[in-house]
This record gives sequence, structure tokens and C-alpha cells, in this order.
Amino acid sequence: MGELKQVTLDASESSGFATTKLDALLGWARKWSLFKYPFVTACCGMEFMSLTSPRFDGTARFGAEAPRFSPRQSDLLWVVGTISQRQAPVLKRIYEQMMEPKWVLAFGTCASCGGFYDNYTTVAGIDKIIPCDVYVPGCPPRPEAVIDGLMLLQDKIARGDKTPGIVKPYQDPAAGVVKLRRSKDSSE
Amino acid sequence: MSERVLEVLKAKFGDAVLRTHSQFGDDTAIVDPKSWKAVCRFLRDDPQMSFDMFTDLCGVDFPDRNPRIEVVLHLYSTQRRHRVRLKCAVGDEDMGGCEVDSICDLWVGASWFERETYDLVGVTFKGHPDLRRILMYPEFEGHPLLKDYPADRTQPLVPYRTEAEAGLPLGKLAPFRDDEGMPFPHRVHNAREFGDS
Repeated sequence: MGELKQVTLDASESSGFATTKLDALLGWARKWSLFKYPFVTACCGMEFMSLTSPRFDGTARFGAEAPRFSPRQSDLLWVVGTISQRQAPVLKRIYEQMMEPKWVLAFGTCASCGGFYDNYTTVAGIDKIIPCDVYVPGCPPRPEAVIDGLMLLQDKIARGDKTPGIVKPYQDPAAGVVKLRRSKDSSE
Repeated sequence: MSERVLEVLKAKFGDAVLRTHSQFGDDTAIVDPKSWKAVCRFLRDDPQMSFDMFTDLCGVDFPDRNPRIEVVLHLYSTQRRHRVRLKCAVGDEDMGGCEVDSICDLWVGASWFERETYDLVGVTFKGHPDLRRILMYPEFEGHPLLKDYPADRTQPLVPYRTEAEAGLPLGKLAPFRDDEGMPFPHRVHNAREFGDS
């Protein structure tokens, strides 16, 4: 690397310029270098381990391999598990300590909406406290769903989109195998 | 199996043992709260009893009874291989006189259980060296496992974001409706105010 050179484009040449957007470049860079802060509080943590380990390799493939246990060095806050009222101030402070740009992924139903813990001690969804970018429902979510969520987040980062997104199931893997409803007037 | 324990207790303490019953192999003695500690000390120290292992201690709220709170203690003897369940009922309708002697100088392990019972049900254990909340936070008001604690009352430490601030509805997410996720039939059971109304 030497001194900066000034490049002058000659307008008389017909093919002498290229266009791009700085935002797009930054978005592309950011979406492939998500340093994660795993805020793991409950049983979804087991699924998180499975996701990050070799069988699914769900984070390294997407440039989100390196965990950073300092909020100042991380971009993506994974909230994995139930958040109790007692933990809420901690979570909020960690979110506030993260540097912009920052994103939050709610891993599992408890982090998304509290799940079945609808009681005196549980925060019914982290979006009551901090903004959340991607919700991955499931108890726990399948690794595919989390990878879906991560890719959804990458899309949103690339587009500069800050609206929250929810991972939806493509199809029920057990459809046709398990019959959940028994009706008397079924054709069988 | 350990009905003998109940027999000994009845013979030794007489009227202080209010009732006993045995079903499904569980032997229970309901004792007068005044002699709670004496019974416990006897159960631990008597060579016939030698209950050397503290198993569990908790509180149960029966809002229709008076006294309403039942303190339940489970003990096991590793030498004699027998167990016993000890109960005492304390506290009137307004939780007055809801106190019983601490037994954490008999079994050290009882300390955290007494703190839990104090935290969730509101039983005061006299003589406990450090009776603070153990599960809930110090700012919490009331005792959440009392039946008249409203089932949908939360006491957030962090003020919740408003929907305007968040820009999206903060109710339940898609698969859940607003009325779902609450397994209790008594969403507000005999709602009693806890100060902030």
C-alpha cells in the first residue's frame, strides 16, 4: 500500500466508469462477517450447540463463526432461551453496549414470545425490551429453521432492511405420516 | 413402611401431632407449628429416627382454609432407610402470623429451601440467619405462588417498549392468540391488591 492515487475518469472514453453503491458494498461485507454474542440462557442452548457444531455447521458457513464474549466486539446478539424478568436488565445492558450496526436474533419460541411461560417471572418475548430483527420460532427450532433465520438476516442486512422478520415453516415434515386429527366422517 | 415413625411421634408428642395419615407408602404427620422445631430435632437426634437427610421443604397455599399456608417438609434416613413427611399449617386469611421456626441449624440444606418458601409463599422462618428472596428479585412485591396473586401480573425491572416505539404489535406472535399460553383457569382469582393496584 502506497500513497493514495487520484483516479480521473475520462468522460470521452465510452467504457471508462463503473457504478456501485457504498451501502451495497458495506451490506455485503457485513452480512458475511457477523460476529456473534451468544446470550444462552436455557435449553435452546443444546440446539444452538448442535447448530454450530460440524453436522449442521450453521454459522461458520455464513461467516458467523467467531463468537465474541464482549458485546463491544460483536454484531449479532443471539438470544437463546427464556429471559426472566430478573435477566432483563442484563440483556438490555448487553444490547446497549453493542456497537452499531447491531442485530438481534431471537432463537426459539421463548425468546420470541415467551412461549408457554406466561407467568410472573418471564419476559414474554425479548422484543418487549430490545428491538429484534429475526424471530426463529420452535421449541427448540430445527437447525434448518435457524439457518433460514440467519439467511433471512443476511438478506435484510444486504438490503438495509430493519423490519423484523419471522421464519415460517416451509412444510410440515410429518404431514401425511402422522395424523393429528381423527374425524369420524373421514373417507377411510 | 415407616408407620412406626408416626407411632413414635404420636407417643412422644401427643397432642402436638394433630393428625397423621399414610397412603401410597407416604407417611405424613401434621404437627402444631409451635412444636415444629422440637419435632424436627427429635427426628434428627433420636437413634430410632436418625433422619439425617433433609430432602425438601416447600409451602402450599390453600386459600379456603384457615390457617391457609401449609409448610411441607420431607425427610429421609440413610441409616434406617425410612422417610417421613411433616406438615404444619400457619397464617390466617391475611397472611398474619405466617411464621414458623427455622430448621436450618438442624439441617444446613434447609436454608435455601426456607428462603424459597419465604420468597414464593411468604412464610417467615424465625431464626433463619439470612432470610432474603432467592428466586425473585428484591424489588418484587408480594409472593407469586399465593393463589390470590393475579396469574397475569408481571413486575418488569425494565420498562417495556411501547408498540409505537417498536413499530410492531408486541402481543403474542403468530401461533399464539392473546388468551393462549395461560394454563391457569383463575387468571384473576379473588384478586387482592398488593399495594400498587
